[in-house]
Amino acid sequence: MSMIEFKSVSKSYGTHLVLPEINLSVDRGQVAVVVGPSGSGKSTMLRCINVLEKISGGDLTVDGISVLGSQSEIRRIRLEAGMVFQQFNLFPHLTALENVMFGPIRARGRKRAEARDIAATLLAKVGLAERMDHYPSQLSGGQQQRVAIARSLAVEPKMMLFDEPTSALDPELREEVLKVMQTLAMEGMTMVVVTHEIGFARRVGSRLLFMENGHVVHDGNPGELLTHPPSDRFRDFLRHVH
Amino acid sequence: MTFDWGAIIDALPDLLDGLKLTILIALGGLAGGVILGTLTGSVLTYGSWLASMPAQIYVALIRGTPIVVQVMFIYFALPIMLGIRISGISAAIITLIINSGAYNAEIVRGALESVPIGLREAGLSMGLRFRTVLAYVIAPVAFRRALPAMGNQFVSVVKDTSIFLVIGVGELTRRGQEIMAQNFRAVEIWTAVALIYLLVISALAFTLRFIERGARLP
Repeated sequence: MSMIEFKSVSKSYGTHLVLPEINLSVDRGQVAVVVGPSGSGKSTMLRCINVLEKISGGDLTVDGISVLGSQSEIRRIRLEAGMVFQQFNLFPHLTALENVMFGPIRARGRKRAEARDIAATLLAKVGLAERMDHYPSQLSGGQQQRVAIARSLAVEPKMMLFDEPTSALDPELREEVLKVMQTLAMEGMTMVVVTHEIGFARRVGSRLLFMENGHVVHDGNPGELLTHPPSDRFRDFLRHVH
Repeated sequence: MTFDWGAIIDALPDLLDGLKLTILIALGGLAGGVILGTLTGSVLTYGSWLASMPAQIYVALIRGTPIVVQVMFIYFALPIMLGIRISGISAAIITLIINSGAYNAEIVRGALESVPIGLREAGLSMGLRFRTVLAYVIAPVAFRRALPAMGNQFVSVVKDTSIFLVIGVGELTRRGQEIMAQNFRAVEIWTAVALIYLLVISALAFTLRFIERGARLP
């Protein structure tokens, strides 16, 4: 059964058509890596999944629930689809631990003690057990992004959406974030990753999508697509991101 | 001339009596103004066009007229229009609430708008209602950003109580004026009045600084 299903989804801002028509389904356990030039609609597509953007046409179901449903259905989708942002978006007034406890308490209704256990375990998992009591401003970009991943995981989602998670990071900090994401993929998490990290796509992706002008131009096995680029445009794109 | 300390000592009980009223009016104005300002500021930021229209008119009306005119209107004109009676103290407190509420609304709006949109998205994306995100994410961040400007506004509120002498409310400035009309010791009385204000406002400023420091994030 597919976790995410785009059925003729279109998205426009006013008269500007960003996604003309997307048909796509992502299966349970898949790691779909989405690449493409900026402005190609990859982030918009991703944000439609947990309804940070409203679709303009067609239908989109996430874990069987339509994004066109009621507010409470939208909240159910968001509980199941964790989101990691380019700018981390950690809550600046809370420590790393409190950031990760936030979802379990507020979104899942867990008790503080329970939430603390969940948060401590997840922070240890992303390698930040020693930084639990630090505020976001006291952490490096890579550390902040790892806290953000832990914060999303703490809500216990069925899938994770990554919106250019390493684009705001210095090159030497990217690897620590990518490693956490790789671990997650190996554990069987369903993931959609919008990124420019071609190496990650090759190593971790079970599927690679190349988008341009709001269309999914290529969709297939990352190894094959990267070794034998099916179009000049894609080959050109790969040369530029490397 | 000689500075007559005795005049100050004689006047002090009366002046402190006035100070009590000043503090009462200021506290009422502060508390009400913060509540009204927070509500209005939230509507200005998140309300629909229809909801924010009255809020915008209210803010424009208050910021566009002098506070003396506002209190005159509330104390003299409003009772005629509505056929009610209103005490000087009530008129003073109502005026301060309405006046500082408008300024606070703009401070609150500015603070709410300055909170990065990403924080709201991060909260919503974990399945929370907007009001939960507002209460536990946006508000705590906005509160810290609003504090310095709010503090200035608080100081203004305390000083603005002095204009209520125009409707005969016996607050500190009015008391000073009355005493001086009897003994003509202008230098002594106005020095004393000024020093009392200075003391009260310094204490307020110190408290605000203390709160700001406590709320500051690393």
